[in-house]
Amino acid sequence: MKYVDEFRDGEIARKLSLEIASISAGQPIKIMEVCGGHTHTIYKHGIEDVLPSNIDMVHGPGCPVCVLPMGRIDDAIAIACQPNVIFTTFGDMMRVPGSKGSLLDAKADGADVRFVYSPLDALKLARENPDRQVVFFAIGFETTAPSTAITLLRAKAENIKNFSVFCNHVMIIPAIKAILDSPDMRLDGFLGPGHVCMVIGMRPFTFVARDHHKPVVLAGFEPLDIMQSVYMVVKQLGESRAEVENQYARVVRPEGNPKALEAMAQTMELRPFFEWRGLGFINHSALRLRPEYADWDAEKRFEVPGIRVADPKACQCGEVLKGVIKPWECKVFGTACTPETPIGTCMVSSEGACAAYFNYGRFSMAAQRSRLPVINLTPAPAVASAPASKAAAVVSKEAN
Amino acid sequence: MCLGIPGKIIEFVDEHNHIAKADVSGVRRNVNVALLRAEGIGPGDWVLIHVGFAMSKIDEREAQETLKLLKEMGNAFEDEMVMLQQSQIE
Repeated sequence: MKYVDEFRDGEIARKLSLEIASISAGQPIKIMEVCGGHTHTIYKHGIEDVLPSNIDMVHGPGCPVCVLPMGRIDDAIAIACQPNVIFTTFGDMMRVPGSKGSLLDAKADGADVRFVYSPLDALKLARENPDRQVVFFAIGFETTAPSTAITLLRAKAENIKNFSVFCNHVMIIPAIKAILDSPDMRLDGFLGPGHVCMVIGMRPFTFVARDHHKPVVLAGFEPLDIMQSVYMVVKQLGESRAEVENQYARVVRPEGNPKALEAMAQTMELRPFFEWRGLGFINHSALRLRPEYADWDAEKRFEVPGIRVADPKACQCGEVLKGVIKPWECKVFGTACTPETPIGTCMVSSEGACAAYFNYGRFSMAAQRSRLPVINLTPAPAVASAPASKAAAVVSKEAN
Repeated sequence: MCLGIPGKIIEFVDEHNHIAKADVSGVRRNVNVALLRAEGIGPGDWVLIHVGFAMSKIDEREAQETLKLLKEMGNAFEDEMVMLQQSQIE
């Protein structure tokens, strides 16, 4: 067990950084943090400034709001605008622009769109409003899919017929596959999404190590979790290993959460394909409700346009989501596209790379661009010559 | 959505539907604990809560550290707490 008060210890972070610098020896290394939660931590705590300059953190597609294509937002709005519907959604989705405005705009125009904290709150609304149709806008990776699944199980058990789910749950593994197969991407390793792994476990990531020979470290969300995970990736690279390692063992069990997987399997099945913003159509990458749950499937209950809508020309969310460009390299970043007036999804969600960078990172942009060469990271000779005792201790503790 | 908020389980409210009352930073709300029943969950346990569902048991020190970190996030944490306060899971 790792000592919790060490999570954000700046001294340990610096020592880990020295270790990373020493192992990687200036060699350029690109590591993708798949999860938007990690992106948030990295910008919020300036982790890129602490890492040696040869380590490049590439932000991945693990932001459910960001990867939803515009056509699905239009479908959501079409359902929300049907008579007698109460459309429920997590707050994140309200401001995401569709081709003709957002859910917030639809609400202003009279649609009954409501924030909920949980799908179970949407189910309660359905119980309380038996003469209305209550629809839950289900989004998220495997972290939130079990919540939707358990809510569906309960809706069926209680036979609540005026409740339905507009299912947009997506899965991280097919997206990682798509990125690995993308010709414009050269990555050396991955930080795995800790809370997705809490559900699906370690095994689904094996192919990344086995078939693509890239290290994967399942990572926690504290700044030192990220530093330590980067260290573990770099160490694997240094030792020419490619394995799936679990830095977040205090939450992630190797087998995941079988109960959560079972609830998902009972209520949902794979879609043949699904469109992702930026990544295009990916086979078997999303979930829909099983036929046994057709009565609770909003896509069966309501007419949806189901039309593919291209992103606005100026928007480069696709390239940001694939890690091809950094947020600030987008033409409209911080000018036409801001959190107040977002053009693309990455600027809407707090887990989006653009929003995270806009809120935290841009102030240190100058500093980041002129990051010191590796050797100058050594603050003083005394520290440099000391064995990396504490950092190594943290790592070995966790490894046990 | 991805981060999750730590809360402490206070008591079971509806054992059949796996609903328990949790204390999250002083706010008490019902959460679903179905996913943790197999490994055992009860009053006094700290859990990581995602959209009204306890997803993982955590130890208390880690819970306090995570709460501290979330509070430093400012708006994102406050928004989450506002949403949680509105929650009326049964």
